[in-house]
Amino acid sequence: MINLTIDGTPVQVEKGQTILEAANSAGIRIPTMCWMKKMRPIGSCRMCVVEVEGLGKPVSACDTMAAADMKVTTQSELLHGMRRDALSLMLVGHPLDCPVCDKGGECVLQDMVWEFGVTEQPTPGAQPTRDIERYISPMIKQWADRCVLCARCVTACKEVKGIGCIEIKGNGFDSYIGPVEGVDCISCGECLSVCPVGALTDGIRDEKARIWQSKRITTTCGYCGVGCQFDLNVLNDKIIRVTTTDHDKLPNFGSLCIKGRFAWEFVDHPDRLTKPLVRRDGELRETTWEDALHTAAKKIKEVRDAHGPDSIAGFASARCTNEDNYVFQKFFRAVIGTNNVDHCARL
Amino acid sequence: MTNSIADIGEAEAILVIGSNTTENHPIIGDLVKRSVTQKGAKLVVIDPRRIPLVEYANVFLQVPPGYNIPVILAMMNVIIAEGLADEAYIAERTEGWEEFKGSVAEFTPEKVAEMTGLSAEDIRKAGRIYGEASPAAILYAMGVTQHGQGTDGVKSLANLAMLCGNVGMPGGGVNPLRGQNNVQGACDLGGLPNVFTGYQKVDDDAAREKFEAAWSVTLPGTPGMKLTEVTQAIGKDGSIKGLFIMGENPMISDPDLRHIDHALDELDFLIVQDIFLTETAAKADIVFPAASFAEKDGTFTNTERRVQRVRKGVAPRGDSKADWQIICDLSAKLGFKMDYTDASAIFDEIAQLTPSYHGMDYARIDSVGLQWPCPDKDHPGTPVLHTAGFARGKGLFQSIAFTGPFESPDDQFPFIMTTGREHAHYHCGSMTRRSKRIDENYPEGFMEMHPADAQTMGVKTGDTVEIASRRGQITSKVKVVDSTAPGTVFMSFHYSESPVNVLTNPATCPTAGIPEFKVTAVNIHKV
Ligand code: SF4
Ligand code: SF4
Repeated sequence: MINLTIDGTPVQVEKGQTILEAANSAGIRIPTMCWMKKMRPIGSCRMCVVEVEGLGKPVSACDTMAAADMKVTTQSELLHGMRRDALSLMLVGHPLDCPVCDKGGECVLQDMVWEFGVTEQPTPGAQPTRDIERYISPMIKQWADRCVLCARCVTACKEVKGIGCIEIKGNGFDSYIGPVEGVDCISCGECLSVCPVGALTDGIRDEKARIWQSKRITTTCGYCGVGCQFDLNVLNDKIIRVTTTDHDKLPNFGSLCIKGRFAWEFVDHPDRLTKPLVRRDGELRETTWEDALHTAAKKIKEVRDAHGPDSIAGFASARCTNEDNYVFQKFFRAVIGTNNVDHCARL
Repeated sequence: MTNSIADIGEAEAILVIGSNTTENHPIIGDLVKRSVTQKGAKLVVIDPRRIPLVEYANVFLQVPPGYNIPVILAMMNVIIAEGLADEAYIAERTEGWEEFKGSVAEFTPEKVAEMTGLSAEDIRKAGRIYGEASPAAILYAMGVTQHGQGTDGVKSLANLAMLCGNVGMPGGGVNPLRGQNNVQGACDLGGLPNVFTGYQKVDDDAAREKFEAAWSVTLPGTPGMKLTEVTQAIGKDGSIKGLFIMGENPMISDPDLRHIDHALDELDFLIVQDIFLTETAAKADIVFPAASFAEKDGTFTNTERRVQRVRKGVAPRGDSKADWQIICDLSAKLGFKMDYTDASAIFDEIAQLTPSYHGMDYARIDSVGLQWPCPDKDHPGTPVLHTAGFARGKGLFQSIAFTGPFESPDDQFPFIMTTGREHAHYHCGSMTRRSKRIDENYPEGFMEMHPADAQTMGVKTGDTVEIASRRGQITSKVKVVDSTAPGTVFMSFHYSESPVNVLTNPATCPTAGIPEFKVTAVNIHKV
């Protein structure tokens, strides 16, 4: 264990923790833009600068290790000025299109510019556009002008997903995020979920909503057994996208695959069954619940009476909820009177 | 899984066998990659295909489909011969060791190399990596279970883990990766012919009496039929007259589709409950429209036994209803009332009757779920199973006699076809293929064929071939790629245009009732 002080507060952390981690553990906030707990420090945004007694220049808290007896200051005029300068630099060429940007209201840059009261933009931004056709992957739109080159997406693609199909290309103010030759994108959307600004946006649906206009409901993915947690973003009873904002949450830490993040459009596919069907004259016809349930109950009763309960079998489902499966097997065992219940787990 | 997903990050070595993890369980695949690149874990991959994880592996054993067991036996042979077995663990926590040890002796790396075409040196390396690491984790999936000797394959992995003292250790374990979101839950909740919830046996009088008291009925005490037995029985002896299928599409996912198709026609009634008119629903007499996962409340239990909330985001489409609601309505029509106010009330009944879920309720699992067993309200859940001992007391080493797959290549069917999934699609495709952006970008499946075979047959990527087995034939486009070894081809089963399960063998593992999907002898012609 190491003892240090941050803003006069004594803090104790394990060896190997950064100043930022130490501050976080003590509930002291240091502003960050590129840092994420699930990745190694990137150190690109310069927002997390702090002063350390005895060091000539401020250091970045995200990649400087906490050391014994360190005295750290996180708020000062000097640091405030440096953070404002860092923000101004990020605003170079950045279109001030917040009103039409998907990220408006939940953009780290927007929040920081507001917090630090930055009003000057060194170079004016590009003309705002409402739509763009450039995709980083078939599912994701890329708005290069809005990019602050924090490298979160590049780092996440490489480090978290082990893909590495995007990189920073070009130099200086002309840098941009572009594809790596010969490495295929798997459309997992990791880059999208970590982008702190509106440079990468969800390309599935055109419907948009501000965070306060849509509902976000946390649920469990319905595809594989990992059971990833994500938020259904719902507007007017329709899913408009799936997001993950909590990157500290088990079991997926904000990561998803292409299926969880992008394969939800089936919910509103016109093929969805919306009415019960009963076969009459050889054809399945739409009917009422009353009729369908009555017909089903009658058939079940007829067969059970004629051939016994064990002449009926049921397949429960590895796709349905625990509650669905419980009620299904209870129905077979208690109501029909057979243990002929199985499901497709094996297939 | 005996262990937790996050646990994989603690392993010194990881053995991935019969699991294309990056495609089927991408989040776990990511974690395996990170363990290797950021934590220095060693990786052994055993698979018939050069899967993406091979790029990260220290050793890749490209085993012919159906030969997992001898390879595992040979690894154990190496571990024993080189003194890497965990003698203390074996003495303290297991039994049957001496006899088992004898059964492994004949499976030398040289012998298995001869059987499989692998290099004896690579088998040794794999054995050493697993044997020297502590802890070492095993991850497996359908590539182990979907074989005639699937259960023996799983037992072999348990033997291997016990041999090196890896069961009950964080970062170790024998970890099946469940393919469908709630396989674990469907099993836990009694969606099996021989058990009630929490694996309480239907032929155990005490268990049955408990459920009889709770449900106020008399319950049958003989185990029912397995799914594969049911589909066989319908056609053969007509002992099954009525079938009720909830949320499954056996017309695409079952082996030997032609047989199923025919069998379903024989029924007096077929009731299907689903969100789409699947191939199976289209054959039904009655179809109930169900709500999708986004339209209902409930829980799923993930592959690490974590029970997590499913929450309703949108209203059920049209007149559809949550599956449980439909069943309750039907039950009422048959004179048995199941009045649950909501999903939470059902969960409370589950918790009351199921020891491993006893301590759970919706409030407790709200944030990050709980891993069973969770026997009481103060229990924090169980991230690692068997830490203090095995359920049966001591872990039993079970000797395995290798018999080989049901089908081998011959003159008439010279290729072996194996099956699996692609990352963008899911199972029979009824959901992913109806997600516009996904289907637009991943519109068709391919049969993967080795360049050497492609050259002999004169086919190239994009050509259409006809693939025939003893049961039927289908067509597919070819992708020439060296992912499989010569003589082995690979197909995914997402595409109803190329319904692979027309070809597959319904012969099952006698214990688990799982069909041998992974090994089908086929013949291939260019069309
Ligand atoms: S979608 Fe995934 S693979 Fe593609 S660029 Fe983004 S992080 Fe990388
Ligand atoms: S998002 Fe992908 S990895 Fe996660 S549960 Fe869904 S299908 Fe599995």
